[in-house]
Amino acid sequence: MTVVRDPALAADARRERRFFLSLSLPALFIVGLAAILPILWIIRQSFLTTAGEYTVGNYQKVLSSGLTWSALVTTLELSLGTLAACILLGTPLALALASVRPRVANVLMAFVMLPLWTSILVRTYGWLVLLRRDGLINAALTGSGLTAEPLPLVYNFTGTLIGMVHYMLPLFLLPVYAAMRDIDPNLIRAAASMGATLRQVIRTVILPLSAGGIFSGSIIVLIYAIGFFITPAVLGGGKVNPLSTRIERTLSTFQDWGSASVLGILLLVLMALIGVMLLAARRLVAQNTVEAPHA
Amino acid sequence: MLEAYPQNRLARILLWSFAALVMAFLMLPTLVVVPLSFSASNLLEFPPHAYSLRWYENFFGSATWMAALRTSLILGTLTALIAVPFALLACISMNRLGGKTAAIIQSVLLTPSITPGILLAIGLFFVLAAQHLIGTLFGVLVGHVVLAVPVACIVLLPALARFDWNQVQAARSLGANWARAIGGIIVPQLRISLLSATLMAFLTSLDESVISIFIASGRNSTMPKLMFLSLRDQIDPTIAAISTLWTVIVVAVVLIVTLRQKS
Amino acid sequence: MKSLAITIESVHKAYGSYVALDDVSLDIQAGEFLTLLGPSGSGKTTLLMALAGFVRPDSGKLLLGDRDITRLPPNKRDIGIVFQNYALFPHMNVLANVAYPLVLRKIPRAEARQRALDTLARVKLDGLAERNVAALSGGQRQRVALARAIVFEPRVMLMDEPLSALDKNLRETMQYEIRRLHDHLRITTIYVTHDQREALIMSDRIAVMNSGRIQQIDTPQRIYDRPSTRFVAEFMGEANIVAPGSARRIDGAEPSRETLMIRAESFHLDAKLVGGNGVALEGILRAKAFRGENWLLTLALDGGQEVLVCIPAALAGGCAELAAGQRMTAYAPAAKVHAIPGATA
Ligand SMILES: Nc1ncnc2c1ncn2[C@@H]1O[C@H](COP(=O)(O)OP(=O)(O)O)[C@@H](O)[C@H]1O
Ligand SMILES: [Mg+2]
Repeated sequence: MTVVRDPALAADARRERRFFLSLSLPALFIVGLAAILPILWIIRQSFLTTAGEYTVGNYQKVLSSGLTWSALVTTLELSLGTLAACILLGTPLALALASVRPRVANVLMAFVMLPLWTSILVRTYGWLVLLRRDGLINAALTGSGLTAEPLPLVYNFTGTLIGMVHYMLPLFLLPVYAAMRDIDPNLIRAAASMGATLRQVIRTVILPLSAGGIFSGSIIVLIYAIGFFITPAVLGGGKVNPLSTRIERTLSTFQDWGSASVLGILLLVLMALIGVMLLAARRLVAQNTVEAPHA
Repeated sequence: MLEAYPQNRLARILLWSFAALVMAFLMLPTLVVVPLSFSASNLLEFPPHAYSLRWYENFFGSATWMAALRTSLILGTLTALIAVPFALLACISMNRLGGKTAAIIQSVLLTPSITPGILLAIGLFFVLAAQHLIGTLFGVLVGHVVLAVPVACIVLLPALARFDWNQVQAARSLGANWARAIGGIIVPQLRISLLSATLMAFLTSLDESVISIFIASGRNSTMPKLMFLSLRDQIDPTIAAISTLWTVIVVAVVLIVTLRQKS
Repeated sequence: MKSLAITIESVHKAYGSYVALDDVSLDIQAGEFLTLLGPSGSGKTTLLMALAGFVRPDSGKLLLGDRDITRLPPNKRDIGIVFQNYALFPHMNVLANVAYPLVLRKIPRAEARQRALDTLARVKLDGLAERNVAALSGGQRQRVALARAIVFEPRVMLMDEPLSALDKNLRETMQYEIRRLHDHLRITTIYVTHDQREALIMSDRIAVMNSGRIQQIDTPQRIYDRPSTRFVAEFMGEANIVAPGSARRIDGAEPSRETLMIRAESFHLDAKLVGGNGVALEGILRAKAFRGENWLLTLALDGGQEVLVCIPAALAGGCAELAAGQRMTAYAPAAKVHAIPGATA
């Protein structure tokens, strides 16, 4: 039996829905105005000459420039290098933190999160102080006789990578730590009782069960790393130029809005590509199980 | 978690030594600036030979730095005052609409937090340039609000999901209109989360640098913009003093929020 | 002449393809205490929330007195509600909770305070006015919720399983007190429960619901003794539904042609206690159990159907000697035998 809906009541239902929708409008408006419109504007600007006429010249200019491709390579090197370092440094740290009592772990986590609450500029300054030729680390190295000459640690790729890893590591750590905390300790006891060694437990129980956390952490790292600006701009000393600093220089120094926009679109495309790859990778992670030994 | 392996002492010692090194790596840059800020010397020497407060005096005596501090505090306050109510209303909306509609609204609202700052910055630069709003407080404010809205939503959305909607219905049945139900029932009960959201929004603005670098200028320069410029040009210990103050303020704010949440 | 307080006219509500309320109509007299009784998921809450204005019907009409409230927002309906989880405001103390509807109605502070205190006294919560809601016991919260729902003298009061969270003793006390409060204030009340005993004890009338439909509306006694559907008969207690042909009149040989409902406690083992127009059921004793105040016998009728027979211990002279497997007859007086209209067993 279908009952005819009372049109007045149906109208009331629609009105109520509109009311709840309208509560989102201020927030949606500001996002539209200050995030979505700007991105659309970048697309528009990429097709305009300085005089405001339509052109594809910006694309020709940018895509034929060797600087663009080296910026792209640098972006990828920095992002993947940061990701690799985060996985290598962060996973053991998360394991250590997850293996102590929650009270102790919470205190340690507070210290680990300290950088997250420190301004990126404060941290960048800290790294300058530590990594300069006459900085703390080089003083320690030469002072102890480990190296004769101060090492070039900053205003180059190494320094930029160090700064970026330092920024991303707490962001990576959070989901990984949460995933490892959620593992039922009885699973590890069970594996141990069946004779698994520590190495086997880590490989066959702990890592597979925290794969979701490692994956989320990796997504976060990549999303932030691809467009990272402050660290390369300061710790790169002008010699490390991923897309972000190239965009800034094209816009501020050369006042070339069109080319800057094309570089911005390149960054967007890169984000989209990585997004697609991550979605594909998530499928794999979802299927990630430890295989039974083959006969 | 690894107590099932009491015999693997070596592995444990290795793991913890490694963890300690990584933790030192994380904390070192924040901590190293503190003694430096009290140095009496021009040079970035460590540890300093003599101590003084000259870099703090330098900071508080500088009209440029003071103007930037003022701008940053005003921007942070305005950002929080605008972003949090917007986010609260949007979260109520998503909570009530549910389903696909809520998912769409949420993904739109979270866009700014996954868009690279540099893209938001240049896009906003173009838009504001077309309206001749470059260098205005308003321009930077818009940019900061759009970054703070998702941050506030991430705090408020789960809080609202835990909230017992029957209470709003009770208030409504007792005679409250929507405005009173939101203001008199939802807001007071989410006060802890609203406080967190406010401080997070404030910190988001305070800490934002990329949009400020492109949009803010002259009198309206923010602290992060000035710090960025001085890091590129010259690095004297005034920055260390500012960094120390900055960190102390932020850590204090975070501690207040965390402790209030616990109580 | 009694006036109608609430009229529900052909209310229909579907969630997607699931029909939660199917053409529900109900008239409630002013001052009446009506209970909606039904199993979980039968649509009781949905109907209550439609009256309160939180569920919008697809079609149908709701009247309060002669005022159409179908499209009125909840805050304009003047209905007091006791929610299942009480929905007290944890950021207000007891007094502020109870005074809240008065404050909304812009009643002067002093008067609002006095009225709230009076109402708290009425529900026996004097002295707890300044208490924090979180510091109250379940029963006290229940009373605060009650006070908050009546303090503004609404025309109608709705209660959704208000006692389900309380333990048994407290529940019985509160059943009595809620009814006493109602007799005193005479606020028209719709009360929801899935507990048939509670419904029988408290109500003027009971509306039994199942799958979004009202099965029967009647006084507790008639609902119990004269169920109009098999569902009502079985929901209201240990009911035996006897298929046509299994029973016969004591003074006749003709088997009955209707489906009969006979409650287990209506049976006697002695035909003399029943009268000639009563009903006799013959079969084999399958099992017997002593339950303290009574014996419970399981009788397998010749058609194969099993019937529960409950004999009070005081009248069960011969029960102890009965042996399983033996043939026996149970008798029920005509007054306790109810033919279910239109039912096929
Ligand atoms: N908002 C809703 N969306 C979908 N189905 C619902 C909703 N509310 C109630 N229902 C369904 O309607 C039926 C009746 O629910 P309800 O009125 O709460 O039953 P009762 O109170 O008698 O236990 C249930 O099967 C329930 O699952
Ligand atoms: Mg219910």
